[in-house]
Amino acid sequence: MYVVRRVGVFLFSVLVASALVFSVMSILPGDPAQVMLGTQATPESVAALRIELGLDRPIPVQYVDWLAGVVTGDLGVSIFSGQEIASQIGSRLRITIPLALMAMTMTMILAFPAGVYAAARHRRLGDTVVSVISQIGLAIPAFWAGLILVSMFAVGRGWFPANGFPGWGSVTAGLRALFLPALSLAIVQGAIITRYVRSAVLDTMREDYIRTARSKGLTRSAALWRHGLRNAAIPVLTILGLQFAALLAGTVVIESVFVLPGLGSMLLQAITRRDLLLVQGGAFVIVAIILTINLLVDLTYRFIDPRVAHR
Amino acid sequence: MRWRRLNLAIGAGIVLVVVVTALVSFAWTPFDPERISSTERLLGVGVDGHLLGTDQFGRDVASQIMVGSQTALFVGILAVGIAVLVGIPLGGLAAARRGWTEDAVMRTADVIYAFPPVLLAILLVAAVSPGVGPAMVAIGIAYIPIVARVTRGAALSIFELDYVAAARTYGRGKTFIFVRHVLPNIASVLIVQVTVLFALAILAEAALSFLGIGAQPPRPSWGRSLRDAQTFIALSPRLAVWPGLAIAFTVLGFNMLGDGLRDALDPRLEVRRL
Repeated sequence: MYVVRRVGVFLFSVLVASALVFSVMSILPGDPAQVMLGTQATPESVAALRIELGLDRPIPVQYVDWLAGVVTGDLGVSIFSGQEIASQIGSRLRITIPLALMAMTMTMILAFPAGVYAAARHRRLGDTVVSVISQIGLAIPAFWAGLILVSMFAVGRGWFPANGFPGWGSVTAGLRALFLPALSLAIVQGAIITRYVRSAVLDTMREDYIRTARSKGLTRSAALWRHGLRNAAIPVLTILGLQFAALLAGTVVIESVFVLPGLGSMLLQAITRRDLLLVQGGAFVIVAIILTINLLVDLTYRFIDPRVAHR
Repeated sequence: MRWRRLNLAIGAGIVLVVVVTALVSFAWTPFDPERISSTERLLGVGVDGHLLGTDQFGRDVASQIMVGSQTALFVGILAVGIAVLVGIPLGGLAAARRGWTEDAVMRTADVIYAFPPVLLAILLVAAVSPGVGPAMVAIGIAYIPIVARVTRGAALSIFELDYVAAARTYGRGKTFIFVRHVLPNIASVLIVQVTVLFALAILAEAALSFLGIGAQPPRPSWGRSLRDAQTFIALSPRLAVWPGLAIAFTVLGFNMLGDGLRDALDPRLEVRRL
């Protein structure tokens, strides 16, 4: 029952999101055809494009038409390149999704040991040092971290490429090109997740079963490793899932720093080229991915902790 | 206890420095921040009286950083203002009405929450034109769900209290009860949230200006300074250092102020300080 209700909420959310994306493009002042062609366009060419894009029809009809396309995977054709928008987005996702996954992996590598260490050294020097570092990490814009990493490890030492993407022909070269962008994102995300890991471990260490374990003779660190970490992982996994959405948004900016041909760069190019249909399709896909991740996190959490369904 | 005060003091101190810098920059900067000089390009730190050197156009970096604080605070105030002005009434409405009103408000908020500020800005900018206005509106809209959620969550428990029931018995309407009895009691939670959102708004504005869809010339912005610095990263990496430090310093100040205020306004958290 919980799963059915949650999937229902998801479908409703996707529908509302599609309406929002569509309405921003359609209801705001200004004629999309005029925006696409620029101020120098003749009234005849604007009128012709309006008919070509179907903008002469009532807005609800346009929306239903676009929505039907979304369901069947047809997001229309880019006004600039003439390519199918769905296939363009698909090829861009081949960079954006691996980048986000790589950043998430690095985030976990940075945040888990730091958070557990801080909790184990609660209210001691190590805890304070980790807290100060994570506080600073939270204040750093990821794109600035990217610029600094480029000047340190790409321009200066040449360890990594400063920008561009060689394609997945060579996996090693591809991963090398994504290393610094992913690290830029992971520095900021790591600061956030470290705090959650620390507080989740501290909360778990106050539970009754830890007290029982301690009373049976286990040391604090033995109780932490054997019982604490596994239970602390549940809330942390949830946050990780939700932060993946933030990472996906972060890739839009980071792709610009490292000139990566991902979904974010595509959207920014589409704005410059006034390719409104491409912006519409790309934005909707990002929101749909974020909503899907939220759904998966909720369902996973439901299976890990069955008490959720009863709340 | 000492840590709590330290957070609050350092955070308030940093925010004060940024606010004073912004105010002073309206009347005075070491040099004209827009003055271009081909003979003074890429000067080093302290050369010819330029405290932080000059950029690729010979403009004084320190003056630009000072004036950039105006944009950061301006966007922060208006974006968070939009979020507060819309989010608090919506959260209050959800808590007061419950039922389908609550469901409708909160489910819509959930959907808007799935739109990151940068994506909303891209949509708005595509439909209108790049600028600090659409950026501000996008950031503000993106934070409405956060304010609405926090307001609703905090208000729900207050609506259950006896004195609210007494006010209701007395014939007071829900709007009156929310403004007169609930809002003052959840103010501390909202103040903390607003402070943290301010930090996020400054980060978002910098990101949007860096992408070229936020503040446009001649309006100075730390994000745009970083965008300009990117081109010269190999020649003069220090150009990317100062605006980034200014952003990090300001965000750190607001985050610490938020943490400090949370600890000071909600003493229960002292026991389990994160």
